[in-house]
Amino acid sequence: MASSPIDLSLALVTAAPDAADWLVVLPVALCIATGALLTMLRGRPALQGGLAVFSLAVLVLLNIGLVSHISASGPVTMMMGRWLPPFGIAFTADMAGALFSLSGSVVALAAGVYSLGDINEKGRRHGFYPFLMLLMAGVSGAFLTGDIFNLYVWFEVLLISSFGLMVIGSEDRQIDGAVKYGFLNLVATTLFLIATGFLYGIFGTLNMADIARKAAGFSGTAPLMTLATLYVFAFGMKAAAFPVNFWLPASYHTPRIVVSALFAGLLTKVGIYALLRTGIMLFPAERAGLSGVIATVAVLTIISGALGALAQSDMRRLLGYLVVSGIGAMLAGLSLGTVEAVAGTIVYGVHSMLVMGALYLAIGLAGRAAGTFEIGGAGGLWQRQLPLSALTLVLFFAVSGLPPFSGFWPKLMLVKAALADGAGWLAAALLIGGFLTTIATGRFFLIAYWRPSSSPQRGEGGPKGRMRGNTGSELAEIPPYPPFGHLLPAGEKGQAAALLPVALLTLASILIGLYPEPLIAAAKTAAEGLVTPSAYIGSVFGGEP
Amino acid sequence: MEPVFAVLTGLFFAFAVYLMLSKFIIRVLLGVAILGNAVNLLIFINGRLLREVPPVLAAGLDVPAGPVANPLPQALILTAIVISFSFFAFLLVLSWRAYEALGTDNTDRMRLAEPETSPLPPEGY
Repeated sequence: MASSPIDLSLALVTAAPDAADWLVVLPVALCIATGALLTMLRGRPALQGGLAVFSLAVLVLLNIGLVSHISASGPVTMMMGRWLPPFGIAFTADMAGALFSLSGSVVALAAGVYSLGDINEKGRRHGFYPFLMLLMAGVSGAFLTGDIFNLYVWFEVLLISSFGLMVIGSEDRQIDGAVKYGFLNLVATTLFLIATGFLYGIFGTLNMADIARKAAGFSGTAPLMTLATLYVFAFGMKAAAFPVNFWLPASYHTPRIVVSALFAGLLTKVGIYALLRTGIMLFPAERAGLSGVIATVAVLTIISGALGALAQSDMRRLLGYLVVSGIGAMLAGLSLGTVEAVAGTIVYGVHSMLVMGALYLAIGLAGRAAGTFEIGGAGGLWQRQLPLSALTLVLFFAVSGLPPFSGFWPKLMLVKAALADGAGWLAAALLIGGFLTTIATGRFFLIAYWRPSSSPQRGEGGPKGRMRGNTGSELAEIPPYPPFGHLLPAGEKGQAAALLPVALLTLASILIGLYPEPLIAAAKTAAEGLVTPSAYIGSVFGGEP
Repeated sequence: MEPVFAVLTGLFFAFAVYLMLSKFIIRVLLGVAILGNAVNLLIFINGRLLREVPPVLAAGLDVPAGPVANPLPQALILTAIVISFSFFAFLLVLSWRAYEALGTDNTDRMRLAEPETSPLPPEGY
């Protein structure tokens, strides 16, 4: 066989990739390597936190490098195993993926710092840090891959890590939440796999650039419409769009607060990113056909999320509904599909990652100080926890979309895009959703922070769990709510250290609010790249198609 | 051959959906297992079926002489099998744990995370 005349160089990428192109795979490689290392260091819980935070900081730096590389020279591609596209698995990062990847890593870093004081030795022995790193590998991989089956694999990587994170502590409430979270998310990814199987049957390729190139030829045919519908359904379920979002409020308040922050910051936004990638880049004509459905779903998600938030008496469950309401706003941008609307969705995604992550962390501290997560049970936090209360107030303004914080600009962009498209009712829903959110968070702030404490015996950090309403079933004995026994001693120093990540994320929100131009410009670039993916295709296949 | 397999896949999906609509976790679990197999079959058919022509080159040839079976779906299915098996294992253990902890496998009665009688939201300042 040595005399085979086959010239392998024709099937392989022979040129060495640019050194800067390695940035596409380094975030994933770093997370997997650190995850493996931390798994090996299972017996050394003292080492794990520092190592994980260090590698998350490196991840943020890598993502900053990736964003600046892409803004300088456009989308970057690297082929696995040097196979020529479309045969090898491609990693292709464009501005949209890189922006999401960057803000996701910032949230993960903040959560990593916070976890140093929130995850005790038992949690570390149960693998919190390896799961965290593998979750980030899945999230980064999903944002940076250029192959749709590979996207499925990254979804599963992040899903299985999130299962592990969700049950750390193995309280009964967590098990209950994890059952609902696990089954429904597995069904969602299976739907994604079904769609991908059909996609392979139609196109004979899994490379997203190749699909985008070929999809124009099939435009408007029934199989493609089926595909687009399946993808919207599957990713809508992942992103917690209205009729298929009940797993989120059922589960997001059960795990450790730092895990909730990670999930709220990252997981639903991966769904939104996948919706943008498939809906805007791969199947634009079919998405336009579905835009009425998506817009209806968006409105229902915005309103039901905001109303759900109004109806909660538990701080964490209130935040779960706020996550849902934000997803509705992002779906509104998807339903419009113009460059401005998609840019609005991307800015909203970045804002929502930072602010929702920060809010969960801030509420974790508030709950620790008040000894309960009941809104009515807390009180007087303003007097006892001034810096935390001020940060929380800023975050509440940001999540409601009030200027001058980060929530204002994406909402403005989306409302403008909706009005420009003649969809006045979509703009109205966005504004009503913002109004209801303001009421929900305003009431929350008034009662839990501003009103003097009604029960003075509730001291700092004491395990003062309250019994919730008795269901009358065999489940009557509900553990103290919330369980604070695992917390490290929260002295002055510990409090300041835990406040740091919240403060940094809030600062990011304020900065985006005061000086939004760079982010908006980057989001516009990203949106243009999704709407007209010629640069993306060119980066995979070389030259313009 | 594809139509026969398409009907078979449809049957798999029907069984899976029927089982997953149940209130009882153990049936949902069985439904998930069947669903995974249904999807694997679906991917397999989408790669087109061809009997007994392995994708192996004869000596001295650079390309196969005639049509050969498509090896890619098998790679995809292998990945999907590994993933769905690991998820099934996790969910099985989780369900057992939930049964131990909550004393029921009826999803209607698993209300620990969302109590039916949670307090009303504060109505005034």
